[in-house]
Amino acid sequence: MDFNDTAELAEFRHRVADFLDANAQRRTDNQLRGMEGEQAFLEGKEWYARKAEAGLACLTWPKEYGGAGLTPLHEVIWAQEAENYLTRDAQFVIGIGNCGPAIMHFATEETKRELLPRMASAEDVWCQLFSEPCAGSDVAGLRTRAERRGDEWLVNGQKIWTSGAQYSDYGVVLTRTDPTVSKYRGLTLFMIDMRQQGVEVRPIKQMDGGQHFAEVFFNDAVIPDSYRLGDVGGGWTGALTVLMSERLAISGVQPTGFPQFLDLVKSLELNGRPIAEDPLVRERLATWYSRYAGLQAANKRMITAVAKGGIAGAEASLGKLVGAVMNQEIANFACQLFGQAGIIQDQELSPEQAHFQKTVLFSPGVRLAGGTDEVMRNILAEQVLGLPQEPRADKGMAFQDIPTGPG
Amino acid sequence: MNFEFSEEQLFIRDQARNFLSQESSAEVVRSVLDTDLPFHRGLWQQIVELGWTAMAIPESFGGLGLGYLELCVIAEELGRSLAPVPFSSSVYLATEAIKSWGSAEQQQHYLPRLASGELIGTLASSEGPGALEINAVIRGEGLRGSKLPVPDGDVADFALVVARSEDGIPGLYLVDLAVDGVSRSVLTTMDPSRSQARLDFDGAPAQRLGEHAIDGLAALDQLFDRAAVLFAFEQIGGAQAALDMGMAYTRERYAFGRAVASFQAIKHKFADMFVALELARANAYYGAWALSSDAPDLPLAAATARVSATDAFYQVSRENIQVHGGMGFTWEFDCHLYYRRAQLLSTAIGTQPYWKEVLATRLLAAA
Repeated sequence: MDFNDTAELAEFRHRVADFLDANAQRRTDNQLRGMEGEQAFLEGKEWYARKAEAGLACLTWPKEYGGAGLTPLHEVIWAQEAENYLTRDAQFVIGIGNCGPAIMHFATEETKRELLPRMASAEDVWCQLFSEPCAGSDVAGLRTRAERRGDEWLVNGQKIWTSGAQYSDYGVVLTRTDPTVSKYRGLTLFMIDMRQQGVEVRPIKQMDGGQHFAEVFFNDAVIPDSYRLGDVGGGWTGALTVLMSERLAISGVQPTGFPQFLDLVKSLELNGRPIAEDPLVRERLATWYSRYAGLQAANKRMITAVAKGGIAGAEASLGKLVGAVMNQEIANFACQLFGQAGIIQDQELSPEQAHFQKTVLFSPGVRLAGGTDEVMRNILAEQVLGLPQEPRADKGMAFQDIPTGPG
Repeated sequence: MNFEFSEEQLFIRDQARNFLSQESSAEVVRSVLDTDLPFHRGLWQQIVELGWTAMAIPESFGGLGLGYLELCVIAEELGRSLAPVPFSSSVYLATEAIKSWGSAEQQQHYLPRLASGELIGTLASSEGPGALEINAVIRGEGLRGSKLPVPDGDVADFALVVARSEDGIPGLYLVDLAVDGVSRSVLTTMDPSRSQARLDFDGAPAQRLGEHAIDGLAALDQLFDRAAVLFAFEQIGGAQAALDMGMAYTRERYAFGRAVASFQAIKHKFADMFVALELARANAYYGAWALSSDAPDLPLAAATARVSATDAFYQVSRENIQVHGGMGFTWEFDCHLYYRRAQLLSTAIGTQPYWKEVLATRLLAAA
């Protein structure tokens, strides 16, 4: 066991620190960077462009695709250093973290050289179009149709819960191309140009009032066959690549709520007494820290495995599950601490600019997005622990014969 | 960065696992649980012969001169196999205390004998229900007071007793337990696979640990921190065994025409157990690193490892009974062995409220 950098990594760490010093604001306690809206989007574009210019975008991607040609360990060092700064690293994690690997895996060399560098520098922004109103956890049950017309495909249907669709230039879309075979075999994966007439984006107003996600409607949207990712009918394999990448991508930026809680406990006085002296607060602090520290250390173990040539597997689901639940629990607990004033959600009046009230309302979404808690548990149980699969009522049926609900 | 045990350490672990799966089987554990035997002498003898008691003792004192990481991998296997031997008392507590604070003479006397298994030592700190209070006191040459529970107190040759000097300062005292002035009685506990005793001292000869007076409470904190990491490895070893047991059983047992392990209600339980265990394992690894490199954050890392390992073993051993259904509640099935051991390990060196408070204090004191 040894946490020291090699000489090469130590030098890289310096380079990262210099870049961050020059381009980002140092994070002080209690400072949070909002994740929503037009301004965040613009700041994100600028941030990624600067990283790309410095050769620090998409560290593990090959250079010819706009990356830095480095290793996962370099990425870890970036994350460790960037933690102390206010950055926009999380802004385009969906496109770069999910769509990027699928394109790298399935697209032609020409397409990769054309599209990936622009993705890396955020000149183009990408979204992922999988979920549908009737296909969430059972995403392979999706209904958006793609029909072949010569060298093109015509797409009709509806997607939902697409992060950042309203800001996206391109998307990776999973469609049904054959309803007469089993649901997994009739799917095909494409890239799609979002800036066309047949694509309509309607932001969804979330329960917390924000508009992070959108509904996307396709009315005879056109996709050239050259934008197909993988074989016709081979979309599920591609989708699994994307979903696995998604969990890995998310596990790096997964909010746990703990650093903010620790800041709160260290700084807040109520009734003339630091809350840090409250035995109940101390008990909760210890419990959550043990989980938070466990996630940090588990991440170090995953990195060690990756550095030794292993692959980071379904264990990433663990970070998603633990972080999302803890985030909600912490926010709720903090608001309860504030007494009757806990209900007040006002930047001026509520501690930490109402971070905890906002999180109470936003955190339910985190437990759903990118795979629900329950899906994470299934993955851990079936893929990591190897327990028997859930019996399925639609096994062996053609998609078109699968029963659906009245909705 | 390398956050994994070395090939050599993993080799020691695999050897220990193979050995204990044979020699510390459920039958061996039950031979202590079901009888008045305080521990399994045959197993203990073999462990001594394998050099485990000598592992972290310097070569100059007859040890193997290996480090804490080797001890951690052994601890995990002892936990997995529920080994009914006085290893933790003699190695994590007595040996460590003498190594750290013993005078040259005391080290020369005790360490080679602890390494060779000639002596078994323990630590006597608790005096009854509640937070640690020290009423045991040295009067003249003799120790007066009572300690309970003392792990392996009925079989240990000597104990390090936490007691106050005549002027009230807490310290650690070496006490030979086979002399006049010491009476021992075996305690009934939730886990009879490991013995616990009450020790009453009535003027027993006691020798202060160390050439000079040490801050006994600070020493106890440090001793507990190191032991916390080692106990955490025993706890994750036990938890892993209980998790494996539950999964094996529910894969084979059918209800409503399908394997019990295929029901989501059961699978999700296992997922939650796995999560608790993986967090505990990761924290224990970090604790091992901090222990082996004497890192400044050992106190925080140790408390963190301890808190999550205690949570994990309790959760897994409890839910292992649940997924077994009625059979899990029988004496015949081994589920209760893990559940009992989880209770034992969670109370040794301080319970969860104590360690959570320690954790919070250290976390808030750090940066």
